[in-house]
Amino acid sequence: MSSIVLILLTGVGLGALYFLVASGLSLIYGLMHVLNFAHGAFLTLSAFIGWQVAQALGTASWGSFVVSILVGALVGAVFATLTELVLIRPLYERHIEQVLVTVGLSFAAVALFEGIWGTDAVNIAGPAWLKETTEILGARIPNTYWVLMLAAALVLVALVLFLKKTRYGMIIRAGVENRSMVTALGIDVRRSFTLVFAIGGAAAGIGGVLAMHYTTFVSAHLGATLLIFAFIVTVIGGLGSLTGAAIASVLVAVLQQFANVYLSGTGDFIVVVLLAVVLLVRPTGLMGRKA
Amino acid sequence: MSAPILTVSHLSASIAGQQVVEDVSFQVPATGITAVLGRNGVGKTSTIRGILGLISRRGEVTLAGERIDTLPTYRIVQRGVGYVPEDREVFAALTVAENLALAERDKKPRREFVAELFPDLVARRAQLAGTLSGGQQQMVSVARALLNENRILLVDEPTKGLAPKIVGEVAQALQEAAKIVPILLVEQNLDVVRRLADDAIVIAGGRVVHTGKAREILDDDALTTRLLGVSAEAHA
Repeated sequence: MSSIVLILLTGVGLGALYFLVASGLSLIYGLMHVLNFAHGAFLTLSAFIGWQVAQALGTASWGSFVVSILVGALVGAVFATLTELVLIRPLYERHIEQVLVTVGLSFAAVALFEGIWGTDAVNIAGPAWLKETTEILGARIPNTYWVLMLAAALVLVALVLFLKKTRYGMIIRAGVENRSMVTALGIDVRRSFTLVFAIGGAAAGIGGVLAMHYTTFVSAHLGATLLIFAFIVTVIGGLGSLTGAAIASVLVAVLQQFANVYLSGTGDFIVVVLLAVVLLVRPTGLMGRKA
Repeated sequence: MSAPILTVSHLSASIAGQQVVEDVSFQVPATGITAVLGRNGVGKTSTIRGILGLISRRGEVTLAGERIDTLPTYRIVQRGVGYVPEDREVFAALTVAENLALAERDKKPRREFVAELFPDLVARRAQLAGTLSGGQQQMVSVARALLNENRILLVDEPTKGLAPKIVGEVAQALQEAAKIVPILLVEQNLDVVRRLADDAIVIAGGRVVHTGKAREILDDDALTTRLLGVSAEAHA
């Protein structure tokens, strides 16, 4: 029983991390039809800067932990905004070129990060509580998972409130459905593109700092590793669907954890099989709309 | 004919490299309803979408003397060009209220006017637009264009696929709307054209082949048979 609870809750925690990365990817694709391969770079830069901030403020304190997350979110948002304005916007309506430029940026960013912070992973430390565990139904759950779940829940609630309660949120929901009709109502939909990139970058930034605490290190390849699973989650959830991304994140991560424990460490393989099944049976994903 | 509100000169348009409008030129008067007629596939919808810049196009389009063909779509609409698309294109996942709120550009949108015209939409404010009937969706689509003080409305096949009773309601709404804003109307239903339109433009083969008073065109059975492929008498 306790091992099931452990696998389930660590799966949900890992799913929370996937969601932090996938939420932005899904919104960006839904509105702009751009598969953003640079998303991992937003995450990695945020993690490195978050680490630098925590180093400066003292890694053991909760204050520095919270500040590093906020700075990570800000860094992610700024990096993503600049990416949209400088690289994506000039290629408006040229989707293949937009994807290629994000691929190029992701490679260039890794090289740049290795140049600045080195090729070796940097071990990090945080508040002592993060290294401890909390017992639930006999299972000892590492506390980093609770932080991941809390952060993902807060981001999800914030995104839902933003999408449901604000005019920009309404524009984004309408744009995901029919972008040209939004334009035909006299709305400059490109402003929403920048906003969606900024929001996605901020979520990835939070994910970056927390991923660093989850893995206990940061390296130039941190974002690339998570990006693969975030893409899988985004496709399984349905491109453009935030709810789909949330459900698929938990589904994929829990399945991955169970397979790792009970199917001889085949978690990654099982996830890819799930992706293939979803693409064959339901190509639009769990919550995606037909084109 | 009063001074034109919209002038289209040598408009050509293409979709995915395929030319769908060849060389269309016409003027739309500043009052009343001007119908765009023609057989299926002659480029009526593409002409409307070309005016709005929703598809790749060339040529000159002026709104009250100001060139708008160099502007992006949202700026053209902001200049006062309302659009009611073919197939309604309401946002299915948004409520009726959200669909209307999204369309509001003016500081004082005409909410009362729209509510009087479409009382059913007031009752269905909280309903998702995707769950409305075709007629109700068309009302949302027309209402979106009427909320703002536009200088012209481009209305594309508003009665397509609707039940006869709803066709009457939509036509009535357009008649009311035409009292405050000129309308360029693409319409296949000749009864509706006869009821609403003052002037008419006939497009064939991607070009304007005839212009005149709508009733005169529709009363000329030989002309309608030749240009539209249908007998207007059959609709009368």
